[in-house]
Amino acid sequence: MPLPPGKSEIEVMRHYQYLASRNFGLDTGMYPLGSCTMKYNPRVNEDLCRLEGFTALHPAQPIATAQGALRLMYELAADLAEITGFAATTLAPAAGAHGEYTALMMFRAALEARGDARQTVIIPDTAHGTNPATVALCGYKTITVASNENGTIDLDALREVLDTDVAALMLTNPNTLGLFEPDIGKITAMAHDVGAFAYCDGANLNALMGITRIAEAGFDALHINLHKTFAAPHGGGGPGAGPVCVTSELAPYLPTPVVALREENYVFETPAHTIGRVRSWYGNFSVLVRAYAYLKALGAEGLREVSEQAIISANYVRTQLRDAFDMPYDRPCMHEFVLSGTRQKKESGVRTLDIAKRLLDYGFHPPTVYFPLIVDECMMIEPTETEPLKTLDAFIEAMRAIATEASSNPAMLHAAPQTLPVRRLDETAAARDVVVADLPATNPS
Amino acid sequence: MSRLDYRSITDEQRAVQLNAIGVASCNELIADIPSEIRLHEALAIEGGMDEIALVCHVGELAAENKQLVCFAGGGCYDHHIPAFIDHIVRRPEFFTAYTPYQPEASQGTLQAIYEYQTAMCRLTAMAVSNASMYDGATALAEAALMAVRHARGKRPVVVAAETLNPQYLEVLTTYAQSGLMQTHVASIEKMCAIGTDSADGVVDSDTVAAILIGYPNYYGIYENVAKVVESAHAIGALAIVCANPLLLALGESPGVLGADIVCGEAQCFGSPMSFGGPGLGYLCATERLMRLMPGRIVGRTCDADGADGFVLTLATREQHIRREKATSNICSNHALNALAAGAYLTFHGADGLAAVAQRCVEGARSLYERLIATDSFAPFNISSVDTDEASVRSYEFAVRYTGPGSLAELYDTLVVQGILPGIVVADDVLLVAVTERRNAAELDRFVEGVNRYAASAR
Ligand SMILES: Cc1ncc(COP(=O)(O)O)c(C=O)c1O
Repeated sequence: MPLPPGKSEIEVMRHYQYLASRNFGLDTGMYPLGSCTMKYNPRVNEDLCRLEGFTALHPAQPIATAQGALRLMYELAADLAEITGFAATTLAPAAGAHGEYTALMMFRAALEARGDARQTVIIPDTAHGTNPATVALCGYKTITVASNENGTIDLDALREVLDTDVAALMLTNPNTLGLFEPDIGKITAMAHDVGAFAYCDGANLNALMGITRIAEAGFDALHINLHKTFAAPHGGGGPGAGPVCVTSELAPYLPTPVVALREENYVFETPAHTIGRVRSWYGNFSVLVRAYAYLKALGAEGLREVSEQAIISANYVRTQLRDAFDMPYDRPCMHEFVLSGTRQKKESGVRTLDIAKRLLDYGFHPPTVYFPLIVDECMMIEPTETEPLKTLDAFIEAMRAIATEASSNPAMLHAAPQTLPVRRLDETAAARDVVVADLPATNPS
Repeated sequence: MSRLDYRSITDEQRAVQLNAIGVASCNELIADIPSEIRLHEALAIEGGMDEIALVCHVGELAAENKQLVCFAGGGCYDHHIPAFIDHIVRRPEFFTAYTPYQPEASQGTLQAIYEYQTAMCRLTAMAVSNASMYDGATALAEAALMAVRHARGKRPVVVAAETLNPQYLEVLTTYAQSGLMQTHVASIEKMCAIGTDSADGVVDSDTVAAILIGYPNYYGIYENVAKVVESAHAIGALAIVCANPLLLALGESPGVLGADIVCGEAQCFGSPMSFGGPGLGYLCATERLMRLMPGRIVGRTCDADGADGFVLTLATREQHIRREKATSNICSNHALNALAAGAYLTFHGADGLAAVAQRCVEGARSLYERLIATDSFAPFNISSVDTDEASVRSYEFAVRYTGPGSLAELYDTLVVQGILPGIVVADDVLLVAVTERRNAAELDRFVEGVNRYAASAR
C-alpha cells in the first residue's frame, strides 16, 4: 500500500499548526518533570546549530575542511571533563541510555583485558529504568540493592552483594529522590575494593556544576544528558546527546573516533583499546553545538549559578508544599525532590495520576509520576533554575489548591483534565486493540 | 552588555527564597556533599559571553569549516529540505516538549509520530514502525538483537552481508561484545548457501537467528534480496533488510519481498547532514514481531468521551516499565527528526517522493556514465555481485580509479576546487552519491576536474 498523494504546502502547515496547538511545550508553561531538567532552551543556540557551516557539513569530508567542527567537539569534550573531573570524554552517544551502554561496554572490555570477566552489575532500587535495561543489553545481570530510610544507599546491604563477580556499581548521584549520597566516597571505594567499577548516571548533573567534580567521589565514568543539563531541547522525545566522561585508566577503551589536537590540527583518532563504534559517524553534532554555545555563554561562574539556583528553587518549592502533601524524605534536597500522594489516596481516593491530570487544567505540566518506584504515589518535582519566582509561586498555589480539592471534590480530580484538547485517554484499550498505523487490514505481515 | 544568564530569579528574590526555606545560603542545603570533594576554586571553563560575542565566536567556528559541493553519501546525504520543514521543527510546542508521557498534553507530538509510523509502514510494506531509533547503525544492531530474542536464545548467530555499510558492521560487532549475539560476516553467495551442501565453512544453519542485507548495499547495488529472504526463511531465520527508505519510492518494498524486519537511516527525509548527526534510525517489523520491538510506539485510542486520541503503547516492552527485561534500553529517541520525516512524507506523497528519488537516480546514472567515459574510472564489481554497469538503480555508486596518478591525489585536487567527490572506500575505489541538489553545472565541474587532473598527472 503506497503513500497517499502529496499535499500542498499550506495544507501541511495548517496540519502541523493544528498539531502544535495540541501540544504542551516548555514555552507553554512550567514543566517540572523530575529527573528531566526541563530548563529553558535558549533560542540563540537554535540559530547557531543551524549555521550553514555546520548543517551543510558532510561527516566524510576531509577533516582539514572541518576544523571548526572538530575544534568545537574538542573543546566541548574538554569542558565536560573539567566540569566533572574526568580525564577524557566521548561525544558519540546519542542519548543518556546510549551513554550508559557505552560506559558499561568499556567496563566490560577493561575487565576482560585483565582476564576478569564478571557477571553482575549492582543498581539501587531508585534507579531509572534505563540502568537495569542497559545492564541487560550489555550482557550482565542486575542486582538491586534497597535504599535505607534516608533514601540513600544502605551500606550494609551493599556490602552484602558486593563480590568479585560484580562488574560495576551504577548510581545516580544526586539520586532520583534528589538526594546526594553522603557516603559516596565510601561507596565507590567499596566497589573498587572488589575490583568493580563505579558508574555515575549523570542525569542529575544540573545540581553539581561548579560545586563538586563528581569524579572526585571515586567514579570511573559518567554520562551527561546534554538535553538536560546543557539546555539542548528534548524535541518531544529526542534527539539528545549522552557524552561519557571517564578516568585516564579507561580512556584507551573509548569508542572510536575521539577528537585529538596534534600540532595545531584537530584530528580523529582511534583509542588503543577501543570498544569500537557505538553509532555511525561522530555524535549528534547539532546537539553538541547547542551545548557548546550554552557553555560559552555561561562560563564557570554561570554554571555554578545555575546549579545553585536549581537547588534553591527546588528547596523553595519543597518547603512550600511540605504540609500539603506527604514528604517521605523531609530534608534539604538538591535540584529536585519527591512528594507522595499517599495521604490523598487514603483520605479521598484521589491518586497521584489524578493530581497530575488536574495540574494540566491549572496550566502546568505535571511532575514525573510513579517514579522512583520506592515511593508510593510518587511525584518527583524539578523546577529548574530558569523558572521565574512568580511561576514557582503559581505552581505552589495550584498544588495546594489541588490538595484541597482532593478532599472537597475528588470527583473533579478523577475527571481531570477538562480543559485540554482531549479528556483522559484509555491506555489499556490502546494496548489491547493495538492500532499503530493507518493501514488496511490486509497489510502483509 | 553582560553575559548571558537564562535564570529568571533576581538577587532579591533569591533572598526571599532562602528566607522561606529557612537557610542563610545555598551552602546549608548541600551539607550532604562531603567537604573533601567540594570545589573551592572556579572551574577552568572559558565563557561568560554576551549574545553578541557568542554569535560571533560560534559563527567563526562555523566559518572555519569549508562547504563543499557534496557527492559523498555513505548513509548521510545532501538532500534538499523544503524550507517549511524547519519552520515546523522550530515550533516550540514541538521542540521544547518532553517525551509524550502525558498524552492529554501531547496529542500533537503523538499524532505526528503516529503519522510518521504510518508512512514508514506504507513505504516498507510492514505492519509496525516504532517511533524512531538513534540512527541506521543502532537500528540495525537492535534489529539483530530482536531476531535473537525472537529465537529465544536458541539461535545466537546473525549473519551480516559483507556489503553492508562498514560503520553499521562495526556497530553490530560492538553490540555483539555483550555476548548476547554472535555476528558472522559473509558474502551473499555464502549467505544463500547456509544450510545447503555447498555451505562449507559457513555457520551451522540451526544457530542462525537472522540474515542481514542492504537494500541497496553500501555500494549502491541491489543484490538479490528476494533470494536472501528465501534462504533465510528456508533455515528458519528472519530476514532483516537495511534499506534506504527514499529508494523504496521506486523499488519493490522489502515487506513485499518477505522481509521480517526493515530498518535503516531516514536522515534523507528532512534532516540536515550536520556532520553526521542527529540522523533518524527507523525500524519496522511484521505484526508477529511487534512485541519484541525496541523503543516507543504510538497507538490509537479514545478518551473518556470516546473521542479519538493517541498514546504511547505496548509500554510493557520498555525500560521504564520492564527494566532489565525490556526489549532495549532506549529511552530518548530521535522524535523530532521523525516529526520532520512525517512532514516531509506528507508533503511529497507517493508521487513526489518517487520524483525526488528518480531525480537522484538519474543524476547518479548520468555522472556514472560520464565518469566511465573519462577513461579514468572503471566499473567496480565487488566479487559476489554481478551488476549490470549500465543500470545504476540507486543514487550512489562505486567506481574504480584507473587513471594516471592516484585516487587520493585526485580526491585532494577536487576538494581544493570545492568538490567533495565522494568517499574513498579503498585505495582506488570511490563511492559517489548524487542527490537532487546536484545540478548540471556541478556535475560538469566534477567531470572536468577529473579530466584536468588526469591530463596533468599523465
Ligand atoms: C536518571 C536518568 N537516567 C537515564 C536517563 C535516560 O536518558 P535518555 O533518555 O537520554 O536516554 C534518564 C532520562 O529520562 C534519567 O532521568
